[in-house]
Amino acid sequence: MERLKPTDVVIVGGGWTGLTMAKEITHRTALSVVVLERGPGRKMADYGSAMDEVDYSLRFRMMQNIAEETVTHRHTLRDTAVPIRQYGAFLPGTGVGGSGEHWTGFAERHAEDDFKLATEMKQRFSAARLPDNLSIQDYPLTYHDLEPYYWKVEQMMGVGGKAGNLRGKIVEGGNPFEAPRAHEYPNPPHKMTWLMNVWTDAAKAVGYRPFPSPAATLTQNYTNPDGISRGACQYCGYCMLYGCMVGAKAQPTNTLLPLLKPKKSFTLRTDSWARRIVHRDGKAEGVEYMDADGKQVMQPASIVIVASFTQNNSRLLLLSGIGDKYDAATGKGSLGKNFTHTVGGPGGATIFFDKPLNNFMNAGGQAMRFADFDGFRGIDPDAGVLRGGQGVGGGAGGGHPIAAFGRVPAGEVSRNWGSDWKKAALKYYDRIGSGGNFEMDHLAYKHNYLDLDPTYTDKWGDPLLRLTIDWTDHENNQRQMAAKISTKIAQQMARATGGRLIPAESGGLRASKRYQTAAYATTHLQGGTIMGSSPDDSVVNSWQQHWRVPNLFVVGASSFPQNSAAHPTLTAVALTLRTADAMIDRYVRRPEVLL
Amino acid sequence: MRRREFLTLPASSMGGVLIYALSGEPIRLQAQNGTLRVPLRFFTEPDARTIAAAAERIFPSDASGPGAGEAGVVVYIDRQLAGPYGRDKYRYTKGPWVESIPEHGYQGKANPQQIYREGLRQLDGFTALSPAEQDARLTSIGKSTFFQMLRTHTIEGMFCDPLHGGNAGMIGWQMLGYPGPLMSFRDDLEKYRGVPYKKAPKSLSQVVGRPVKGWEEETG
Repeated sequence: MERLKPTDVVIVGGGWTGLTMAKEITHRTALSVVVLERGPGRKMADYGSAMDEVDYSLRFRMMQNIAEETVTHRHTLRDTAVPIRQYGAFLPGTGVGGSGEHWTGFAERHAEDDFKLATEMKQRFSAARLPDNLSIQDYPLTYHDLEPYYWKVEQMMGVGGKAGNLRGKIVEGGNPFEAPRAHEYPNPPHKMTWLMNVWTDAAKAVGYRPFPSPAATLTQNYTNPDGISRGACQYCGYCMLYGCMVGAKAQPTNTLLPLLKPKKSFTLRTDSWARRIVHRDGKAEGVEYMDADGKQVMQPASIVIVASFTQNNSRLLLLSGIGDKYDAATGKGSLGKNFTHTVGGPGGATIFFDKPLNNFMNAGGQAMRFADFDGFRGIDPDAGVLRGGQGVGGGAGGGHPIAAFGRVPAGEVSRNWGSDWKKAALKYYDRIGSGGNFEMDHLAYKHNYLDLDPTYTDKWGDPLLRLTIDWTDHENNQRQMAAKISTKIAQQMARATGGRLIPAESGGLRASKRYQTAAYATTHLQGGTIMGSSPDDSVVNSWQQHWRVPNLFVVGASSFPQNSAAHPTLTAVALTLRTADAMIDRYVRRPEVLL
Repeated sequence: MRRREFLTLPASSMGGVLIYALSGEPIRLQAQNGTLRVPLRFFTEPDARTIAAAAERIFPSDASGPGAGEAGVVVYIDRQLAGPYGRDKYRYTKGPWVESIPEHGYQGKANPQQIYREGLRQLDGFTALSPAEQDARLTSIGKSTFFQMLRTHTIEGMFCDPLHGGNAGMIGWQMLGYPGPLMSFRDDLEKYRGVPYKKAPKSLSQVVGRPVKGWEEETG
């Protein structure tokens, strides 16, 4: 194996968290940084000619090549896992910028109680009320520790929105339930479509308090504190699953990479596949990877930062034999623990409007939300719901002709092909709205975790990661709650506009009570290398530093000890900026376990 | 190396401009004369005629507008099958192969090329049947992986960007009122509230001003 010249810092993964670390280190210290990115280089100029539904929405051209590596899934410890052979429930990206290139740009903060969920739940509910096998645990930091970092990320990305709680004062137009913010958003909210306005009026009419979603797609031209100027969003509709052709959507390649490229201390190696963290006696020595020519090389480094996609962080630690593997049978060990996803609704009733909605005009993150059922608010423990989530209306994305075509209410035609079906599908095309989706907390359980699969391997012969996860009654109760609320809003939308209510569809994969990997849910996978206040029940400390290997940092949503209904990106980058501060201001001077 | 196969069609059978009669009925105008000779990449000429006929029953040309024939759906399918997708270049294909529950999606070993070859066997003699007989034959295989795939591909070929070989003359987009991947709706978003966006569609190549190649052109 070829041994390269040592570097001060090696970072696995060139996405949001990896390039955030690289930028902070190269701009504030003289340390040399090498980033190993498995995928190709990416640039904005490529995205203009990539506004193509077939290649990007249907064939997933920006995603990791699933032929080379996938994950396996089983519902319970008793089952044998099968590989996810084609993309479905989640879509991890590849290439420089990672999933931060194709994300949708929803940029909410976590709620205050997300950080102390275990404590809150134990105070609120009797032990009998709490689900069996619950394994939530508090963050080792509070919302207030993270607030200044949220603000930094919002400025860096240029998030648009409306504050609802400025330093404790409730402000009209924003989320009245949000945690206090020290500043108004850097940019105003998005313009809204006709359908979003109809949804908003209906949500208000039935008593909820909708507000514009925070979005990292620029609502106006903007220059961030780093001096990076980007143009306003054009509402082209090619956002989620696409890179932005004008740079309006905050992506690592348009906010961080321009600051890194001129730095002599920064090296980016694409097509470089990290396979092991080399370590000895509690010290990481570097990263072993396959380079662009398929050669095995070792990059020695004084500090190793693992910043790959959520579940790959766990996998790289498992493959490297670092830390105590979690054992679901005994509850011992921490690596692979508290794996969570997001609970989404199966959807409620929809409405047929006899006019075109022009859904093809939209922006990522352009939507209205309400938080009246977020956290502990508005939920009914007697209906088996202990934690809710946010409703999202008029949703971004969609409007591409292939995916949007073919929605016909159940029972309207006898089969889903032929003349009658075609006529009906044309009639309903771009004319159906909904009462909104829900994005809800997914509680962490002892039986949902990550480990290595005993059978299936990747292109190099390394074991695949195995996901053991299923929905419990609690998640299915959450989804029932969501469908009811969504239907209530849909009924009001129909009344207000004269639209025709279409009952919710039953059946289909999304309605299945079991966890499914075949249809898209969200890419918000979390946990596995969770942060905590003790090496007994967590992998990293509050600085995302490995408890047992102090010169190893593991950053990203894999650190979340439990799940929030909020989208994970903003929090993952905020935690990473906090880690950068601790590493640069403290660890580099005194390399020891940070307290 | 296989013999080069072509699908020969009257040029007037594909693409064209859609206008709407006062009654609301779409009328397709096509001034092209002569014949088109489309090189086939995966299908033989008879296979292409079978798939074209089946796609036409799934998405017929009728009073509600043009169908799979006018959009060139079979050309789209032929190119997809010949490309990396048809060969499962981007699907995890390591064994062991096991049956699983629907929640795990398609777990079969057959790639799209193989699924179509099997499907074509089931459609033997299809082009000689009457439309009603063709519908009965398709109904009899309606639950098969092949038929579900053919139905999905037919919709894709109707409404894909023309760079993939389907949606000839953007006839599908004209029918939907979809304007194509335009760079900006910033000024239109609040102007077109519940009213039709009546602009002739543009393809991706027209929008960016140069030919764009699809992923199916990737070789190797």
